[in-house]
Amino acid sequence: MTTSVDQAGIVIIGGGVVGCAIFRRLAMLGLKPLLVEAGGDILSGASKGNSALLHTGFDAPFGSLELACMQAGYREYLEIKDKLNLPLVESTALVVAWDEEQLSKLPGIVDKAHHNNVRDVRQIDCNDLKRREPHLADHALGAVLVPGEHIIDPWSAPLAYVQQGLAHGGRVKRRCRVTGGRFENGAWMLETTDGDIATGLVINVAGNYGDIVEAICRPSPFKVTPRKGQFVVFDKPASKLAQAIILPVPTERTKGIVICRTAFGNLLVGPTAEDQEDRALAEVDQVTLRQLIDKGREMIPALAQQTVNAVYAGLRPATEFKDYQIEALSERRWITVGGIRSTGLTGALGIAQHVAELHQQHFGGGLMAEPIWTPVPNISEYRPRPYQTEAGMDIVCHCEWVTRREVTAALSGSFAAGDLGGLKRRTRCMMGRCQGFYCGAEVTRLAESAFAS
Amino acid sequence: MSEMKSTSAEVVIIGGGPAGLSCARSLKKAGLRDVIILERETEAGGIPRHCGHGGYGLREFTRLMQGPAYARRLVDEVDGLDLRTHTTVLDLKPGGEVRVTGPHGPMVIAGNKVLLALGARETPRSARLLTGARPQGVMNTGMLQQMVYLQGRKPFQRPVVIGTELVSFSTLLTLRHAGVKPLAMIEANDRITARRPGDLIARHLLGVPVLLNTRLTRIIGIDHVEGIEVERGRGIERIACDGVILTGRFRPETALVVPSELAIDAGTQGPRIDQNMCCSDPSYFAAGNLLRGIETAGQCFREGAAAAGHILDALRQPLPTARKLVPVRATAPFSYVYPQCIDPTLGTDRPLLFKARVAQATRGRLSVSVNGQTVWSRSICALPERRIDWQLPASALRGAERIDVNIN
Repeated sequence: MTTSVDQAGIVIIGGGVVGCAIFRRLAMLGLKPLLVEAGGDILSGASKGNSALLHTGFDAPFGSLELACMQAGYREYLEIKDKLNLPLVESTALVVAWDEEQLSKLPGIVDKAHHNNVRDVRQIDCNDLKRREPHLADHALGAVLVPGEHIIDPWSAPLAYVQQGLAHGGRVKRRCRVTGGRFENGAWMLETTDGDIATGLVINVAGNYGDIVEAICRPSPFKVTPRKGQFVVFDKPASKLAQAIILPVPTERTKGIVICRTAFGNLLVGPTAEDQEDRALAEVDQVTLRQLIDKGREMIPALAQQTVNAVYAGLRPATEFKDYQIEALSERRWITVGGIRSTGLTGALGIAQHVAELHQQHFGGGLMAEPIWTPVPNISEYRPRPYQTEAGMDIVCHCEWVTRREVTAALSGSFAAGDLGGLKRRTRCMMGRCQGFYCGAEVTRLAESAFAS
Repeated sequence: MSEMKSTSAEVVIIGGGPAGLSCARSLKKAGLRDVIILERETEAGGIPRHCGHGGYGLREFTRLMQGPAYARRLVDEVDGLDLRTHTTVLDLKPGGEVRVTGPHGPMVIAGNKVLLALGARETPRSARLLTGARPQGVMNTGMLQQMVYLQGRKPFQRPVVIGTELVSFSTLLTLRHAGVKPLAMIEANDRITARRPGDLIARHLLGVPVLLNTRLTRIIGIDHVEGIEVERGRGIERIACDGVILTGRFRPETALVVPSELAIDAGTQGPRIDQNMCCSDPSYFAAGNLLRGIETAGQCFREGAAAAGHILDALRQPLPTARKLVPVRATAPFSYVYPQCIDPTLGTDRPLLFKARVAQATRGRLSVSVNGQTVWSRSICALPERRIDWQLPASALRGAERIDVNIN
């Protein structure tokens, strides 16, 4: 066990997408934050399994913090994506009405979008819809077109945020779970599985463990009840079946089952919304997966001829509140960032801006530095990848066309992949149709020897 | 960007496994040297390369060999031909043009004729839609054999083996080689899929219990496999284990074929072929496990050799571009019959070879009728996992306008 005490001005607990974005911004403000992540790599929890969409906020609750953060995050993503080499698949979204009742709700969705200042949203008729999406089932009656909804890479974006934060003087500790803490003389002493950390400020972005970590500071004002979402990923030929993100008319509880392409050239159907107590166990189940596939085929009949590549389940940190739970506790030198339910990928950069403002108001200090840009390798299928552009490429993963050089690069450097999951998220290796039948032995061998050294 | 490099060959063979190398070997024997073989792995040889146990080569080379020796022998047989490893085909264009990338960067290879010998792979955990968490330690035989035979690794101590196909017994031998004794072999049906005495060998020689009528219902473990749940009889049982090997349920590796313009058969899930193993584009031929999922290496070898004969014929006498193909109509209980179509104008004297499987155990009379007249029949007793094959003289189908295959 470590006996020495680590020191950090600010400790951010949780390396999900929101923690990574906060880390980036505070580092760029010169505040030298320390990001601690319980898992073997960033994105080990809620952020590893989402639907990878960049939302306009057209359907978010009016006046909510969530909406403000999403729209600020959306704008910042567009500003920085090229400098960080992040993709944007400009897909648009369609909220499709499948019956008369849903059709009657479309004008309300348009009004709400306009209210939320997403002005280009409009209703289209079923002819226009069929022209745009010829593979949709015949019973589609009409839709709301949301031009600004896009598809992004959910893994490379947070990786880029962390890398930029590191370049600006931040530090990251992985396999470091916070287990407790004491507040003494205006400062925190955090107990972790990797030794104690003394810090002047704690930011709790612990996702599905948010209320447990919050209890270190105070009785948590919210309770996290993880909401599981299962997804089915179809193989690449299926991506031709939908151009836009196909959204259902939402209900009170959930945005419902979405069909959309992924940045990796697949087609995704999901998520479900299933509340559970367990914070780590994200099981898929056959009955639900079959229902998802059936649901997909109901909307796009040609999916019947497509094969499944992957299935996964993510846990969204839902609380009893609809809105984000973000709050600065000046006296306790603590900032709570909780309940980032399902819009965290879009909202992350906006939440980071908001947290930086709270920090400025309550704790002062920080001056925005000239940004150091840390572009990440492209793994999106919609932009050129190394196997297409570089000579002498030795392909290791044949399904996702990942080169040996990409794998070894992800396993080396100052912020190498911390575990096999992290390696997969950085390169896509083993994530294709064969799920490692061909490349699994070689990839795990490369990974294990890198992790051992 | 500079103009992409290009080259051409009389025959391009995609896939350096038993089918592809056997075709190359036959072409070489026939005196054809302008052949390029494309293999994406570091070495050619295909699946036998990492099947470290015996059972190969008896019919092809008249001696029993272990997989790696067999793979090496196949490679030796094509010595002198242009075999390019580390070379990945990216797409198949109409007319036999293939786009590849490899040590020399992206390039285009124009084949007068192209053989697709892309092989097959097992169905992974995801596509089986298995319930449970997604821990490490769940893999197919393909990955296990590479770990054990190519890398000398031992991924687990006490795994379970799901399935009882021929490959499942190959898995048992692989595990024995690694010094791992699996806890059980699990089969949902009331008998093993492979031929007897596979179960007796498992039980008595390898000491592995075979649990029939047992269905895998859940995988347990967050980071690593901790166990499984199975449904047996009326109850759910939990088995503590540290690995799950999902064996079999092979499907053709059609990732390149699906996006191309080549027709795919819904039954075999492989490319549609005629009696000369020619695909819907007459520049392309197909052989081996790409045609239907799994058969033995020996079977693939014979198909590769047969394909070489058809390719040589086609090089000598090019097919007309507008061909009138007659579909081979087969309904239940067949899950597939191939060739899926016949060119009734072809004038070769080679006998026509049909292969098929049924979806459920079937007993009856198998018959082929041409234009409504039965031209051939025999009685059969077929099980779903057994290949059915039969041969007809070429003359039987000449001038056919309608071909039906039935079991009554």
